[in-house]
Amino acid sequence: MTRFLRQTWTIAAKDLRTELRNKEALSAALSFTLVVILLFSFAFDPVSNVEVRDLSGGLLWIAYIFAGILLLNRSFARESANDCLDALVASPLSGGALFLGKAISSCLLLLVLEMASLPLFGVFYSVNWTQNFGTLLLVLVLGSWGFTVIGTLFSAVTANNRLRELMLPLLVFPMTLPALIACVQLTTVILTGDPLGDSVAWLKLLFGFDVIFTLLGAVLLESVLLA
Amino acid sequence: MSASAISLRGIWKFFGEYPAVRDASLDIPAGGIVALLGRNGAGKTTILRMIAGLLRPSRGEVLIDGSPAGPQRHAASIGMVGHGQWLYDDLTARENLHFFARLYDLSSSSEKIDQWLEQVGLWTFRDARVHQFSRGMRQRLTVARALLHAPPILLLDEPWTSLDDRAMDLLSVLLLRARSENRTVVVSSHQLRETLQIAGHLAVIDRGRLIFDGPNRDEFRDAPHDFYQRIT
Repeated sequence: MTRFLRQTWTIAAKDLRTELRNKEALSAALSFTLVVILLFSFAFDPVSNVEVRDLSGGLLWIAYIFAGILLLNRSFARESANDCLDALVASPLSGGALFLGKAISSCLLLLVLEMASLPLFGVFYSVNWTQNFGTLLLVLVLGSWGFTVIGTLFSAVTANNRLRELMLPLLVFPMTLPALIACVQLTTVILTGDPLGDSVAWLKLLFGFDVIFTLLGAVLLESVLLA
Repeated sequence: MSASAISLRGIWKFFGEYPAVRDASLDIPAGGIVALLGRNGAGKTTILRMIAGLLRPSRGEVLIDGSPAGPQRHAASIGMVGHGQWLYDDLTARENLHFFARLYDLSSSSEKIDQWLEQVGLWTFRDARVHQFSRGMRQRLTVARALLHAPPILLLDEPWTSLDDRAMDLLSVLLLRARSENRTVVVSSHQLRETLQIAGHLAVIDRGRLIFDGPNRDEFRDAPHDFYQRIT
């Protein structure tokens, strides 16, 4: 188990280090998120139109999932230069550790992007996102994890595909729909300041989704890479 | 030489309808240098990738020390220098070796890494990122990466490509040392002269078929092209 965790962290640390050095995906994803948030705020005018705040959860997650796709596209594409994926497959690294390492690095980058964009979102949409920050953070972590585990698996599927950038969203968006609906519902409730109440069921769904697809991804990745 | 380190048992590999390897059977003895010769596209790389567990044979089986090859199963026993070098451009030479040392769970890896950087003449460039390296420097780092975990089996796919004289000499020294350490080395190449100088056993592949399998001889070393033309 210690070896598995060490291998997982080795992959995650390598991906984070290379991304933070060249900032290829992170800078594109962050600019995209900020532009979308800014544009929507002008289109809907949330400051004078209070009802628009009910849409805030949806708007936020639209920005996050498209930015997330930009991050996930790089996840396994990073390994195609110099055939590094072969090095990983030929090494004693387990498929599960590779999957989790990749998912952790992508999820952390997505969370950094989300944290960086929240203050701007708060200003442009007149939303007090700090009022229930603990619950909001929980939803962001669970939602981002669910999105990245599916995205990591399909990033491996499309790694050697010429149409990778096109294929990845087509595969990931339908699969993550249940988790995204839960995220939108929960985020809207949190940002509007309503009590969670019946929405706890969405939280349970999100948690179950994460557990199931994390296990599936960890088990399936090796077969995907050798297919 | 002793028992087979690697055995190919009637292996076929199809890419779509195309058979890249056709019914190849070969026993590679432990502790020696075996040359896999053939023209471009003959199937040499495909065979090496099946031995490394990167490809599954469509038919037949590859045995490493008597058990079927597969990903992870013999990873610690195999070191490979492939076409793609397997290095991360955004990491430094040292970081690349540290990364692979962690994957292979090597103890006291820092010392080994420093030793290898010295041996391949990259100590001065240890903290430079790989994207700044020339092709020859990359190839030397690739050799260090492949030998870092001291694998008993070393697979080299066209290792002399793009190397300068210094790097070629270094590679020859490392291969001769591997032979003296009783490692099994399989070298795939279409560069006959260099390969025949060091190999103890030859296997020639032509359009996926193994057409020659036997010990190397002085007459082959003296006239490599005559030998090759006679065979093919």
